[in-house]
Amino acid sequence: MKYDVNEKGYYGEFGGAWIPEMMYANIDELRRRYLEIIESPEFKNEFEQLLKNYVGRPSPLYFAGRLSEHYGTRIFLKREDLNHTGSHKLNNTVGQILLAQKLGKTRIIAETGAGQHGVATATVCALKGLKCVVYMGALDVKRQAPNVKKMKMLGAEVVPVHSGNKTLKDATNEAMRDWINNPEDTHYIIGSVVGPHPYPDMVARFQSVISKEMKSQLLEQTGSEFPTRILACVGGGSNAAGAFYHYLDDEQVELIGVEAAGKGVETSETAATLQVGLPGVLHSSKTMLMQNSDGQITEPYSISAGLDYPGIGPLHSYLFKCGRAKYLAATDEEVLKAALLLTQKEGIIPALESAHALAALEKLKLKPDDVNVINLSGSGNKDMETYLDYFGY
Amino acid sequence: MKNRINQLFESKKKNIFSVYFTAGFPQLNSTTDIIHELEKNGADLIEIGIPFSDPTADGPTIQRSSEAALKNGMSLKLLFEQLKDIRKTVKIPLILMGYFNPVMQFGVAAFCEKCREIGIDGAILPDLPLEEYELHFKKDFEQNQLHNILLITPQTPEERIRKIDAASGGFIYMVSSASTTGTGKKVEDFRQDYFERVEQMNLKNPRLIGFGISDRATFSNACKFASGAIIGSAFVKALEPDSGLKTSVADFAKSIVL
Repeated sequence: MKYDVNEKGYYGEFGGAWIPEMMYANIDELRRRYLEIIESPEFKNEFEQLLKNYVGRPSPLYFAGRLSEHYGTRIFLKREDLNHTGSHKLNNTVGQILLAQKLGKTRIIAETGAGQHGVATATVCALKGLKCVVYMGALDVKRQAPNVKKMKMLGAEVVPVHSGNKTLKDATNEAMRDWINNPEDTHYIIGSVVGPHPYPDMVARFQSVISKEMKSQLLEQTGSEFPTRILACVGGGSNAAGAFYHYLDDEQVELIGVEAAGKGVETSETAATLQVGLPGVLHSSKTMLMQNSDGQITEPYSISAGLDYPGIGPLHSYLFKCGRAKYLAATDEEVLKAALLLTQKEGIIPALESAHALAALEKLKLKPDDVNVINLSGSGNKDMETYLDYFGY
Repeated sequence: MKNRINQLFESKKKNIFSVYFTAGFPQLNSTTDIIHELEKNGADLIEIGIPFSDPTADGPTIQRSSEAALKNGMSLKLLFEQLKDIRKTVKIPLILMGYFNPVMQFGVAAFCEKCREIGIDGAILPDLPLEEYELHFKKDFEQNQLHNILLITPQTPEERIRKIDAASGGFIYMVSSASTTGTGKKVEDFRQDYFERVEQMNLKNPRLIGFGISDRATFSNACKFASGAIIGSAFVKALEPDSGLKTSVADFAKSIVL
């Protein structure tokens, strides 16, 4: 396939494994073994069973009638918010925990921003009885207290990270340091399509179940597996990678990623990496990054902690560069409005992250016959405080 | 002119004392003072750290010094500016050490040329892996007589050590244990079989041992297994700002030199 990662871990000029030698043994083992493991019938069977009976898949594809009427088009929602733990994150952690077991690892580490990936990791560690350590920026620990408590109840150790801006990037740095210091018994479950090869490809494969289901659900509901366009929010980009995956070669399907503009892409308070970034190397991957002219990574900002990251997965950098996918950005304000609209038109409260994809509907010329699929990556339960503060209920 | 790193290893086979510090720490303009004071007090080789916002292979001490240096206003451009006359006074080999992204934004070819112009003898870029180096950047380094110093760890397989040895000039940086810098693990705790195993491989390059070397005892122990050793975090921790700077550098160096 044209958009597949190559054998060196690159999508065009982006990707690779820019790892310090201390990580070589672990990454090399993963690189050599991940395909053989995840393609084996035994693994596939276990993975599919867990997706079905534990995660609750397939997630529904829901025709949003009143929202469609509002925009004068046809809108479908892929309901990843209905997965166990409330987001698409569990698809990946279920896959990676099975992989970690096959590799004989007994200790799991993860980074988390909003806490969704942390909860999804702590959940599968409880499921499999593995030790779990989650790194989380000290600021996020404060901002996302309920998720911290959930992780603790699930038996995970949550380590607050006090370096840098005390958010997702710093948590990722600390998880990488942990892995360097524990190279033998530990597997690092990265939560997005970022990091060194093979992570971006591996995580995209675990998330690809989203677009696989979409195809058969669309065929059933519309008579064609091909929608006009697919919209998904992008931080690191794992839900978008999953939603785009099986459509990458179907060039007639428009793919749209929506980044977090924060207070606006023209301000310094933004997380829209593709709009303001340049190619560079961070977290062992060559990709688009928010940085200054000296190559120092700058601090991102978004109302949504899950998109608050100064980089983006190398697949997205490539799709952006070659034009296969289009990337827009939505501001905090646009996102809050879009979230309220969905809530009151359909009775679904979306995660702040997912509301970025909804906000993009305002920016497109939509025709009545268009089929628009929004990947609703997560539930708004974790964001109630932000919503209540803003809308004043 | 022959590369100063090669000259050093030819003239001194044992107890080579190499020191790392972060440029721009404790003060923006500490760089040249620290280099002069280290040379005066017995350092054989100096690694000048280019601070980076996200030093993933470093422990708390170098994270803090990097953050402080960036806050002080340090950048790669400014560092080259501070070092432009360094060869008028300093004879020992100098190495720049840092993460790849600032070098990439400066331009790898421009970086290598600037190093030659100033008289920098080598670079250590831990997140520039062997494969990328050989494929894309080796030419730039070699054209400018700049050694790219590569790392090996206890987990590096023998075959890969051979490849790293073949691609290296100057010396091989032997990471004493799988760890970030400044973790407080002592060199005595490390498995000596790794040091001995590598020693018996008869590599073409000499070796220096780094990570976990913090005082004279750990330094002299590491020196038994290689041409010398590198001290980083312990030195950075010992640096005092302002008037105390020169004294703290001198005192530390004297406490190590064998």
